[in-house]
Amino acid sequence: MVSQAKLRSLTLSVALAVASGAGFSTLAYSEPVTLTVALAANPQMQTAANLIGNFEQKYPDIKVRFQTLPENQLRPAVLKDVATKSGQYDVVMIGAYEVPLWAQKGWITDLSTYANSDTAWNQADLLKPIRNLVSYQGKLFATPFYGSSSFVFYRKDLFAKAGLTMPQTPTWDQVAQYAAKLDNKSTGVAGICLRGVPGWGQNLAPLTTVINTFGGRWFDQKWQPQLSETKTKAAITFYVNLLREHGQPDAAKDGWQECLQLFTQGHAAMWYDDTVFAGPVLEQAAPGLKDNIGFAMAPVNATKASGWLWAWGLAIPKTSRNQEAAWKLIAWLTSPEYIKLAGTKAGWDQVPPGSRTSTYQIPEYKKATVAFGDLTLASINAADPLHPTVMPVPYTGVQYVDIPEFEQIGDFTSQQLAGAISAQITVDQAIDASQKKIVDIMQDSGYTK
Amino acid sequence: MSYSSVTTAPPKVAQPMTDGKRKQLNVWRLRAPLLPALLVVIAVTQAPFVITLYYSLFRWNLVSTSARRFVGIRNYLGAVTDPVFLKAIANTAGMTLSIVAGAIVIGTLLALGLHRNFRGRGIARTLAITPFFVMPVAAALFWKAGLFDPTFGLLGWSTAALGLGKINWVSEYPRLSIVILTAWQWSSFALLILLAGMQSFPVEVTEAAAIDGAGRWLTFRRLMLPHLRPFFELTALLASMYVLENFAAIATLTAGGPAYATTNLSYYVYLEAFSAFDLGQASAYGIISLAIAIALVMPMLKVVAGIFRTGGRA
Repeated sequence: MVSQAKLRSLTLSVALAVASGAGFSTLAYSEPVTLTVALAANPQMQTAANLIGNFEQKYPDIKVRFQTLPENQLRPAVLKDVATKSGQYDVVMIGAYEVPLWAQKGWITDLSTYANSDTAWNQADLLKPIRNLVSYQGKLFATPFYGSSSFVFYRKDLFAKAGLTMPQTPTWDQVAQYAAKLDNKSTGVAGICLRGVPGWGQNLAPLTTVINTFGGRWFDQKWQPQLSETKTKAAITFYVNLLREHGQPDAAKDGWQECLQLFTQGHAAMWYDDTVFAGPVLEQAAPGLKDNIGFAMAPVNATKASGWLWAWGLAIPKTSRNQEAAWKLIAWLTSPEYIKLAGTKAGWDQVPPGSRTSTYQIPEYKKATVAFGDLTLASINAADPLHPTVMPVPYTGVQYVDIPEFEQIGDFTSQQLAGAISAQITVDQAIDASQKKIVDIMQDSGYTK
Repeated sequence: MSYSSVTTAPPKVAQPMTDGKRKQLNVWRLRAPLLPALLVVIAVTQAPFVITLYYSLFRWNLVSTSARRFVGIRNYLGAVTDPVFLKAIANTAGMTLSIVAGAIVIGTLLALGLHRNFRGRGIARTLAITPFFVMPVAAALFWKAGLFDPTFGLLGWSTAALGLGKINWVSEYPRLSIVILTAWQWSSFALLILLAGMQSFPVEVTEAAAIDGAGRWLTFRRLMLPHLRPFFELTALLASMYVLENFAAIATLTAGGPAYATTNLSYYVYLEAFSAFDLGQASAYGIISLAIAIALVMPMLKVVAGIFRTGGRA
C-alpha cells in the first residue's frame, strides 16, 4: 500500500513536471512567437485569415494561428477564456457590447499607449462613433475591424409601379403606409421584412431603434424599467402591428438570414436591417433585381436619425503573454494598409467597411459601393450611442443597453416579443410580463430597491 | 508479481498473511486492470456532476460586476418560482411524449409496409431509414426553409393549393412543428427496431394462424403485436432518452420561442448558461433536469430490463 501511494505521487509529480515544463517553454522561450486568435466566421474575417501570409512576411518572428468559430459560439468560448483567466487567446474578436463591460472588469488591455505611439496606424482616421464604441472612459480597448449601422433596403421598381418615392430619410409612418400599399398576398411579396426571431441580438435590435426614435427608453435615470411607459409601449405596439399586418408571413422564426433570403428573392418590398448586408444583397439578388435595389436612412419618428451602431473589435486579453506582438497583429488587421491589400487581393466588396474615413476616399472602393457607401457612412456618423433617444438615459448603446444584465433581460423580452408577433399572446401581455421580469432582474442585481 | 510481493511485504511484518487476506489481495489484483477505466469514468461523469452541484449553490454570473458568492439553495428556490422553468418542464414532457408516440406510430406503419415483399424494397428501406442519419441541424434547416416556410416551403405551397391558405407553421403551431420534425427523424429509428422485430416473427406461426382461419388483422392484433411488445418498449426507452434532450431542432427552428412555447429543459439550461452566463442558476436547472430525467427513465429502464432477464419474455 505504501509503495502504491509512493508510485502514485511519483507519477503525479512527473506528470506535473512534464506539463509545467512544456507550458513554460512554449510561453516564455518559444521563438518565434505564436499568436492564437479567436475569430467570428464571417466573410471579411475569412479574407483576413487568407491574407495573413502578408503579415507573417512583414514580421517573420510572429506566427498566427486562427480559431474560427460561428458568432454564437465565439461569445461563450471567448468569455469563458477571459473570465476564468485561462489565457488561451492572444487576440479575441468581440462585439461593441462587450468592449466597455470587459474593460471595466479588467479583462482586456488598455490600448491607448500603443495607439498613441503607433503613428502609422493613424488613430485619427477612425470613424469617431466607431472609435467611441470600442473605448471605455475615453481609452481605446479594441481596434475596430468593421463598423455598421442600420438602414432600409427597398425595391425601386415596386415603388415606381405604385407611384411612390422613398425619401432619403423616411418616417416610420411613411414606411408603414408604403408597406400597406406594397403588401401583395397574391404575388407573395410582403410589404416589409423585419426580424421576429427571439434573441437580444435578433428582434430586439431593430425594435430598440424604433423605441428610441418614438421617444421611449429601456430605463429612466434611476434605472427604473420603462417598458410599459406610454411612448415605449407605442413603439412596441407599432413594430408588432406593422410586422403582423404587412410583414413577411411566419415572422417569429425569421432573423436577418431569412430576411436576406426573402428580400433578395423578391419576396419583400422593403427590409430594415444592418448596413453590412448591402454588399451581400447586391451580390445575391435574383436576376433582374440587382438594378432595382435602393437604400434609404433608418426610418425616424421623434428623433433626427435612428440607425443603430455596431462594431466588431479586436482586443487583447490581459492574460496574453505576447502583448507587443498581439498589438502588431491587431494594428495591421485594422490598418489602411490592410484595407488596401484586401481590396486588391480579395475584391473591393470584401473590404471591412465602416471603420476608417480613408476607406471611403479610395476611388476603387467608392466605385464598388456607389449605391450604398455614402449612406453607410452617413448612417454611422448620425448614430449616437451616448444619447440614443430623446430623453436622457443612464446607459450607452443604441440597439442594446450596455449593462451585463441586458443579455438576460433581452432574452426574456425578445421571447415575449416573438410571442406577440406570432399572436400567441397580446402585445400588452408581452410588455407586462417583460416589465415584471426586468424589475426583478434589476432588483436582484442591485440597480434598484 | 515478484516485484509487488517484495514491496508489499516489508520485513517488519511478523505474522504470516492469513488466507482471507491473501484471497482479498488476489481479488484486488484481478480487479486492478479495471481501475484506470473506472477512474476515467468517475473523472468524466461523476466529477462534473459534483462540480455542477457545487456551482449550483452560488450566485455566479460570469458577466456580472458582482463577485461570486454563496447563496445556499436560493437558485433552487428561484427555479421552482420561475414560471418559464415550469413551462419548460411541461414543454419537455409534452413534446417528448408526442414525439415518441408519433415516431412509433409512423415507424410501425413504415415497418409494416416494408415487412412485405415488393419490387424496390431495398431502395424503399434505405429511403425510409435515411432521416435518422441526416444531421439534426441540417434536417431542421431543411424543414425550416424547404417545408414549413410559407413563402419558399412545400407545406405552405401545398396547403395553398388545397385552398386552405398558407399556414404560418412555426408562428402558429410552434410545438407541433417541433414535434413533426423530430418525430419524422425518430420514426426511422423506430422503423429499424420494429422491422427487425417483425422479421424475427416465425413464419410457421403465421402459416398456422392462416390455416386456423385467422385473417391478416387478427394475426397482427393477436400474434404480431404481443411479439413486438419488447421491441416497442425498447424503442420508446431509447427514443425518449434522446428526445428528452432535443436541442438542434429547437435552436434552429424556433430559438425556443415564441414566448418560450418550445423551450425545453436543455434549451433553457443552455440559454441560462451561454446567453445569460448565469452559471449558478444554470447549474441548479441542470441538477433539477437531471433528477427529472432519471425519474422518467428509471421506471422505463426497469420494464425494458425484463427483456434481457427472461430472454424475450413475450
